[in-house]
Amino acid sequence: MTTVTLTVNGQSVTQAIDPRTLLVQLLRENLRLTGTHVGCDTSQCGACVVHVNGVSVKSCTMLAAQCEGASVTTIEGIAQGGQLHPMQEAFREHHGLQCGYCTPGMIMSAIDIVNRKGTALDEETVRHELEGNICRCTGYHNIVKAVIAGAEAMAGGMRQAAE
Amino acid sequence: MAADLQGDGLTRAEGSGRPPHPVDRGAVPRGGDGPVHVHRAYPHDSAHLHVQGAASYLDDLLEPEGTLHLAVGMSPAARGRIAAMDLAPVRAAPGVVRVVTAGDIPGRNDISPALGDETLLADTHVAFHGQAMFLVAATTRDAARRAARLGRIEIEAQEPSVTVEDAERRDERVLPDYAFGRGDVATALKAAPRMLEGRLRIGGQEHFYLEGQAALAIPGEDGAILVHSSTQHPTEVQHVVARILNVPDALVTCEVRRMGGAFGGKESQATQWAALAALAARVTGRPCKLRLDRDDDFALTGKRHDFRVDYRLGFDADGRVSAYDVDFLACCGHSADLSQGVVDRTMFHADNAYFLPAARVASRRLKTNTVSNTAFRGFGGPQGMLAIEKAMDDVARLTGRDPLDVRLANLYAPGRDETPFGMKVEETDTLRAIMEGLERSSGYRERRAQVDAFNAGGGWLRRGLALTPVKFGISFTLTHLNQAGALVHVYTDGSVQLNHGGTEMGQGLYRKVAQVVAEEFGIGLERVRITATTTDKVPNTSPTAASAGSDLNGMAAKVAASTIRARMAGIAAALWGVDEEAVRFRDGMVAAGAESMTFADLARACHQQRVHLSATGFYRTPNITWDRASATGRPFFYFAYGAACAEVLVDTLTGENRVTRVDILHDVGASLNPAIDIGQIEGGFVQGMGWLTTEELVYAPDGRLLTHAPATYKIPVSSDVPADFRVELFPNSARQDTIYRSKAVGEPPVMLANSVFCAIADALASLDPGRPVPLDAPATPEAILNAALALGGGR
Ligand code: FES
Ligand code: FES
Repeated sequence: MTTVTLTVNGQSVTQAIDPRTLLVQLLRENLRLTGTHVGCDTSQCGACVVHVNGVSVKSCTMLAAQCEGASVTTIEGIAQGGQLHPMQEAFREHHGLQCGYCTPGMIMSAIDIVNRKGTALDEETVRHELEGNICRCTGYHNIVKAVIAGAEAMAGGMRQAAE
Repeated sequence: MAADLQGDGLTRAEGSGRPPHPVDRGAVPRGGDGPVHVHRAYPHDSAHLHVQGAASYLDDLLEPEGTLHLAVGMSPAARGRIAAMDLAPVRAAPGVVRVVTAGDIPGRNDISPALGDETLLADTHVAFHGQAMFLVAATTRDAARRAARLGRIEIEAQEPSVTVEDAERRDERVLPDYAFGRGDVATALKAAPRMLEGRLRIGGQEHFYLEGQAALAIPGEDGAILVHSSTQHPTEVQHVVARILNVPDALVTCEVRRMGGAFGGKESQATQWAALAALAARVTGRPCKLRLDRDDDFALTGKRHDFRVDYRLGFDADGRVSAYDVDFLACCGHSADLSQGVVDRTMFHADNAYFLPAARVASRRLKTNTVSNTAFRGFGGPQGMLAIEKAMDDVARLTGRDPLDVRLANLYAPGRDETPFGMKVEETDTLRAIMEGLERSSGYRERRAQVDAFNAGGGWLRRGLALTPVKFGISFTLTHLNQAGALVHVYTDGSVQLNHGGTEMGQGLYRKVAQVVAEEFGIGLERVRITATTTDKVPNTSPTAASAGSDLNGMAAKVAASTIRARMAGIAAALWGVDEEAVRFRDGMVAAGAESMTFADLARACHQQRVHLSATGFYRTPNITWDRASATGRPFFYFAYGAACAEVLVDTLTGENRVTRVDILHDVGASLNPAIDIGQIEGGFVQGMGWLTTEELVYAPDGRLLTHAPATYKIPVSSDVPADFRVELFPNSARQDTIYRSKAVGEPPVMLANSVFCAIADALASLDPGRPVPLDAPATPEAILNAALALGGGR
């Protein structure tokens, strides 16, 4: 057993874990944050994407022990003060989901895309950047629309914050 | 504006009941007194939960104290007798609590849907690589999976049958051959001005539901058991668990709130994992959970059937078909599973949208030593339709006509409107209007000229264009499955609980049925609480399949709600001294003339008057009469129609390709929810496109599946989907009395993707016009390159 201390959705947590524990196991099993899903177990589907120190990571392929001292954000941690994050709202509004299993990973990847590429996204960029996230239901069309709309809404939020 | 976190973002105020969303593309115009909730683009019922990661799938349920985790011990060979199975090392592994084998089964070792030809755990023989042989129950999932690898298994292995030809050589079938048809095909073929012969190989497809197979079984008192299963068919899980445990059905409850995708892969094949969990729970007395690892899920669960299709076609110089003689040779895997219905549906769609004056449609259900192939969205229909689309293309090449003209010349039309199985096609006008409408809106003729001009330039890159129709029969062809039940409660505060036999796998069924119930009561959707599908509320249900979920369950729920509404109207009428018919339910209010009260007040008044506010509803589809033995009658309530036009760019030197534009015009009748339906069309199309282009299942000669993860099995990602993707609903209203005149949408869009396959063939045809294109499905770059080489290109 080893001990790991990290921040998850703004809260400090310390857990005694088997060193082989994956980050996704820590989140789902130890902390019961089950919004992070497991689709493929092997770093290919993107259902398990979370942010580690602000960067998107497939949590099925990272050891929890590697997150010592890190700040982890999951799908449960992005709504603020009772309000959905603009990207969450965009996926709901634009029908960017069917079974919903890919949705948390899609939203976490989408926010990461905005963080890296800015809020004015074109379709081609979004389609290319989302290649690591598989959706078997939607055919992606509404997901792409949702990401672009969510990015625009994030720009609005950022402008407001600056004012 | 962000939605509030607690709710679904829909209108809160009781009584308003007005949706905040504008009517979406293709919705039906409404008048002042028209429906409020149906024909509306509401979001998915759980959308607000999904975006927060707050919707629970099976693996998210809180496990009861003491839950054990299971892993499957798998066969190392594809065919042979089990000579020895030494499980001592498994039992000795850390964390292992119990190892379960066939000998531990109290009931019958049989998980088959019908025929008794499939075991829960192999006992004497194995029939495919990876077959479940034993089960490990351990304190953690990791411990169970590690231990499951430690079995020492000896199989007296035989050469497995993997291909159509292997199975033909051994003459092994899972079910008898079956055929139907019309006229004297041999004579008609001889009499035809021209004849062609062709062969098409069609690959299978892995479902890759993003949530893998999973089950959790919890033992109860006095032999009862509760099974949570990610299944499309809770009733079958109940039956099979009861059979395995040797208890009455009434002791078993199966529940499912939602699945993370299913696509047919959880129709019959979720059962085994539920039954294993139940067996382990019985043997250990503890809750037991099984979630298949993704690679194991690939190896252990059935896929879309792969086929070889041999066909002969008689036609004239205009490309008009006079006779079609086709043999469908299906690889069914090691057991029958659902292969009878699947391959029957292939046969029912051998004509697709074309009139075949003389036809012989034959099928063989071959037994291969591969995992048992099963339901997959379209249920055999796609393979039947792809074959005739290929044949239409062949005719176009041989006659020199535009493939679209050949298709239009053969389309069902008045007087030429009877299928080879004797059912009349009642909406030939819809079919033609869709084809011609799409021809115009996609700019087919102008683009045909551009594509031909481009290809005449003679470079490596070739463009291809194809416009293909879809006609898909709606109903289970096993007639007794066309029934559904629902249970509705009205509480004294005016809130409503809704339950029915359909399952939610992302397709939006729960939302659509809730819309129907809200419509019936005239209340806001937020007043209708949707509850998990469970066999203890609505019994003896059919699987959620055959695209029939909303047709069947929507009707059953409407019946239940209208029963309660009539009782409530009676009370209001008595109270106000008016006729029951004068009582209206709308916008959360109940009114007659100048009198009105809230729906909740009336519910309370009913309770005071001792009126029953709960009801069941039952529906069975009328007008279906198919008799398989005599091949007569009507298998389908109606047909759904659509058409797609795809354009592709193909590199004939490498086989690489891209779909550059897709236009779709699709018939869903009067849509219950246009946003959900358009989502089904887009998603179904892309899934079909994957099947026909990138998704290739490869088995080694020893029967091992080599493509057992998304690393080797290529599922379409966002960049594979055409950026120019235009989907429209065809304005229509079902002619049969379906739920609010809507039509089914789950499966038909998959076959819109035939246009992609035909467009790739079209691009290749330019290499050597006048010759049929020898392209098999899926059209992987390798298959495309081989076809290009055969046509003298590719170098
Ligand atoms: S579960 Fe992590 S990428 Fe699929
Ligand atoms: S919505 Fe089902 S996988 Fe994306």
